[in-house]
Amino acid sequence: MIPIENFLVLSSILFSIGIYGVLARRNAVLIIMSVELMLQAVSINFIAFAVYLYPEQFTGLIFAIFVITIAAAEVGLALGIILRIFRNKGTSNVDEVDMLKW
Amino acid sequence: MDSVNRFGPELILLAMAAVIILADIGWALAGTGAERMRRPALGALALTGTAASIIWSALLIAFDEQGEAFSGMIRVDDFALFFNFLFAGTAAIVILASIDFLRRNRFVAEYYALILASTAGMMLLASTIDLIAIFVALELTGISLYILVAFMKDGRSSEAGLKYLLLGAISSAVALYGMAYLFGITGSTSLDEIGLVVSEANGETRSALVLAMVFLIAGFGFKMAIVPFQMWVPDVYEGAPTPVTAFLSVGSKAAGFAVVMRIFLTALGDGSISSDWATVFAILAAISMSLGNITALVQGNIKRMLGYSSIAQAGTFLIGLAVVAAADPQLLLGTSAVLFFLGTYAFTNLGAFIAVIAISSKIGSDQIADYAGVAKRSPLLALGLTICLLSLTGIPPTAGFIAKVYVFNAAVQADLVWLAIVGVLNSVVAAYYYLRVVLNMYTAEPASEESIQPGYYLGLAMVVAVVGLLVIGIFPSPLLEASEAAARVFG
Repeated sequence: MIPIENFLVLSSILFSIGIYGVLARRNAVLIIMSVELMLQAVSINFIAFAVYLYPEQFTGLIFAIFVITIAAAEVGLALGIILRIFRNKGTSNVDEVDMLKW
Repeated sequence: MDSVNRFGPELILLAMAAVIILADIGWALAGTGAERMRRPALGALALTGTAASIIWSALLIAFDEQGEAFSGMIRVDDFALFFNFLFAGTAAIVILASIDFLRRNRFVAEYYALILASTAGMMLLASTIDLIAIFVALELTGISLYILVAFMKDGRSSEAGLKYLLLGAISSAVALYGMAYLFGITGSTSLDEIGLVVSEANGETRSALVLAMVFLIAGFGFKMAIVPFQMWVPDVYEGAPTPVTAFLSVGSKAAGFAVVMRIFLTALGDGSISSDWATVFAILAAISMSLGNITALVQGNIKRMLGYSSIAQAGTFLIGLAVVAAADPQLLLGTSAVLFFLGTYAFTNLGAFIAVIAISSKIGSDQIADYAGVAKRSPLLALGLTICLLSLTGIPPTAGFIAKVYVFNAAVQADLVWLAIVGVLNSVVAAYYYLRVVLNMYTAEPASEESIQPGYYLGLAMVVAVVGLLVIGIFPSPLLEASEAAARVFG
């Protein structure tokens, strides 16, 4: 069986890639995708802990389902707002969205 | 039935949000004849919802109907009830202040429904005692607020909405990562059980616990708007519709502090770990106060200035949390100081933002320079804004004075004298930019002689806020007792 450490390392790598993407990407859609990576890292953590350490209860798995569901709602809203900005300004680059000082 | 009963204050808000949306559809079907009554009726429905929620909370106290609900997901105690009143009251004042603001907007029903939904989310944040429920409540509050910030659909509002949403999503992902480790270490999502395991923890799990703690502070620091998680504050405060800004600065911040107190005092309250986070909070408090106040000095836009001032105020609340780590009497003193400060801050900041709504909608500008001579054009509004700014500075006889004395006293008693000194010095700095606005209103020559007349609802909201903060300033004991009772929950 694969040891739990592998999953935790995978999740921390995913989480770091997500943070890097959030800081380095300038396109709002790509930033949202990076946030999704961070959330998937969280889900992997929850599922790994639940399966390896606490196999007798479902709490961790349920938490992962909640994370996935609510992340979907958030992305839907984010795309809506990005569309609105695109119609106003013709760009989804966060550097060019600068009416307020960033 | 007990569960539903204790969930009542939130439930009635959510039910009323649904009723408002359905009523709006009804009006659309009724045709143009009834259109004139639509806005006042929807506003009245929203106010009824908040009033019913307050009454339900009062009944819960009157019948001593407190305890857990939904098999340990929610705990209705003095702490949760304190915040129920705070959030429902804030929502009511914000709704009053929004009625005039929404005159020209088509989507009145959605606006009120979202305000009620996010209020319910904030109440849940104060009463949930399970990580899953905390996450859901966090997102219920957050997603409703993202939409409200982007509500005006113009460039600035959408931009503020996008920034708020992106940073909000990142911060909840960070907080979730901390929760995942907390779950991994303790095997439970219930705050009580986590607290039990943490208190028995040995040296091996300590580093993992510190890691989880850091992630949680970073995630919730965004909600509390403390440095270094404050980048979004000025932009979002400036771009959002002003009533929503008022709601954000009071409701969202108070909800952040409520959930941080729940998690850190219940789950991570054990002495071995609490001294760590208390140190972190003490440092963040000093940085937040200093950075917030110094940046506020150079702001030309009053909404941005109030944004930076709210960062500084959040730093002052944090002093209360930093005090908590010491022994039991300090726990009571620190938490009740935070709660009392949040109560006074709600009145003060709402009053200041309502005055800004009234003045700015008339003069068509948020610039402090354009506030010149407002006292001649509207003596009462200028007086109200002055009282609120004095309270933010912390000058008697306003509520802000008592709150600051209380917090600094708590810091001195917990041997955090340096933090109290930083706080007092910052109050002096803050006085400069608050009083600059006051001076500008009273001494400068107005650009025009036309008087500024706030609408009836806006005036009422303003009166409630100003009278509230003066009453607390002169008779602080009822709010003091309420916040001490709420703080005793963690005792």
